[in-house]
Amino acid sequence: MFSPPNTIELKAQITSVTADDVERLLVKGSCTARDIPTLLSHAASNYLPQLAQLAEQLTLQRFGKTVQLYAPIYLSNYCSNNCVYCGFATKNKITRKCLSLEEAEREAQILHERGFQHILLVSGEADKKVSADDLAGLATRFKKRFASISIEVQPFDTGDYKKLFDAGITGVAVYQETYQRDLYDQLHLSGKKKDYDYRLATPARACQAGMREVGIGVLLGLADWQIDGASLAHHLLWLRNQYWRTNFTVSFPRLRPATGSFEPLHPVSTKQLSQLIFALRIIDPDVGLIVSTREEETYRDGMIGLGPTRYSAGSSTTPGGYAKPDSAGEQWDVGDHRSLDEVAAMLKRKGFDPVYKDWDSTFQIT
Amino acid sequence: MLKIANTKFNSRLFIGTGKFASPQIMKEVLTASESEMVTVALRRVDLTNPADDIMSQIDTGNTRFLPNTSGARDATEAIRLAHLARAGSGTKWLKLEVTPDPRTLLPDPVETLKATDILVKEGFIVLPYMNADPILSLKLQDAGAAAVMPLGAPIGTNLGITTRLQIEIIIEQSRVPVVVDAGIGAPSHAALAMELGADAVLVNTAIAVAKEPVKMAEAFCSAVKAGRTAYLAGLGPQSGQASASSPTSGNITADLDFLD
Repeated sequence: MFSPPNTIELKAQITSVTADDVERLLVKGSCTARDIPTLLSHAASNYLPQLAQLAEQLTLQRFGKTVQLYAPIYLSNYCSNNCVYCGFATKNKITRKCLSLEEAEREAQILHERGFQHILLVSGEADKKVSADDLAGLATRFKKRFASISIEVQPFDTGDYKKLFDAGITGVAVYQETYQRDLYDQLHLSGKKKDYDYRLATPARACQAGMREVGIGVLLGLADWQIDGASLAHHLLWLRNQYWRTNFTVSFPRLRPATGSFEPLHPVSTKQLSQLIFALRIIDPDVGLIVSTREEETYRDGMIGLGPTRYSAGSSTTPGGYAKPDSAGEQWDVGDHRSLDEVAAMLKRKGFDPVYKDWDSTFQIT
Repeated sequence: MLKIANTKFNSRLFIGTGKFASPQIMKEVLTASESEMVTVALRRVDLTNPADDIMSQIDTGNTRFLPNTSGARDATEAIRLAHLARAGSGTKWLKLEVTPDPRTLLPDPVETLKATDILVKEGFIVLPYMNADPILSLKLQDAGAAAVMPLGAPIGTNLGITTRLQIEIIIEQSRVPVVVDAGIGAPSHAALAMELGADAVLVNTAIAVAKEPVKMAEAFCSAVKAGRTAYLAGLGPQSGQASASSPTSGNITADLDFLD
């Protein structure tokens, strides 16, 4: 099983990188696991335009001038975990809502009518509210309407992932939040999510179950972004090595300072976020890189073509938020409020093709 | 240190035993090469005879005997030979070769995968000889191969690493040691394979048919060490330009003005 590199050693490796190391890597134009510290170093931050250029070339070569679009459906904000940074934490007094089958159908129908083909089912981690069987049931109902259905919910066992795959779910996203075990323990006060190792092994279980696509990530702002970024890159390379049939994606959720909510312990700037995105692109030219509507319009527009390959659009992070846009109880503040059509129009203006459909439900066995 | 199936090897040079002018020369070559892994075609030896002219020259104290199934045309024949090797020598190690075309001696991917699957289940430590096909390499690993042995060029051609791009992909993706086998005709070829990150190379013809095989074995021994050291040292980037041009001076078109 994957075990992240030692934090102290990683930090030492990253700190010892020189400008010369960065220049050599830029000339070489490709990278192995040994180059991970170089790309995430402070020395490399002085070469951000050069990293952007290389990331842009690799993205263009592998993905062309395209960006895939998707939207989340928040099924429930009930959660049995207490994670200090999350709006859905059990202890928080928010309006709780779990969609009925009819309400979930309504949300799906709205997204379908808006033109979405790729959807992501999201929920808080509460087996009693949204179980594997519930998700399998929804997938069976939704799959004729959408090209692909992915999930970002609680971790499951391999057997449940097989069941979900057979029901029509193609992708699983599960983020480690931070790879630093001690910090993880401090931030996750109670609930199943407190089990660091079970969560860490979740992407591998999803791969073993045959999922087409598995997404990983860290919650930026919890820890030193260089160390978590390097661990994330190592995790990606390990997964790619073990599960060569699986497509991988990386997401970059970033905690932003905001009144009344959890203050990031290690705030991550847009420059640092960009360096991490460029680094991941250079480390793995084939990986799908996702920037959600957490980020603002200016940033998302600026990053087009430089590494990211998939954007969400017109997202609501509240259960039932598409049918009732003023619903309370969202997970985080949306930074980019534009509709799917507006984001697609922006992509076209920049010379990119907004890709609505890049899969087909007939690939699934059932 | 190189480790295959929990066995450690100091030397990253494997030697094949065909084509030598005499068993005595072969023995001197083995010593000069410092090799600790020597492969022998089962069809060439009589494992039941302690005085067999090839087997008696192999010091099995320092060298691991790796029987190979050279001559097998399909999985059934290879498996039969593997059983014979285990019964005769007691070793579970096997270099799996399935070569239905006697002219090119290129390995059969379908039969090799089939035989690997069966022999691993029977407890063999299987090192399959294969074409430099990255997907086949992954499937052989999934079937439990202890190492993979992609070819640099067809056996006996001395052409070197003609499959370089595929070998690089195989190395990058591999979960088990990669031993470049076949086609290595000169120490520089062996060094290149090692510089690319191969875990070991297997050489036979280039040494056996050299004017002075023992000297050539020494040369390969040095080349493999040099290539490995260079790989670990981290090769400098290659560039078509003669100047040590810095990427900082090139035309940067990426526009990052949107960042804070």
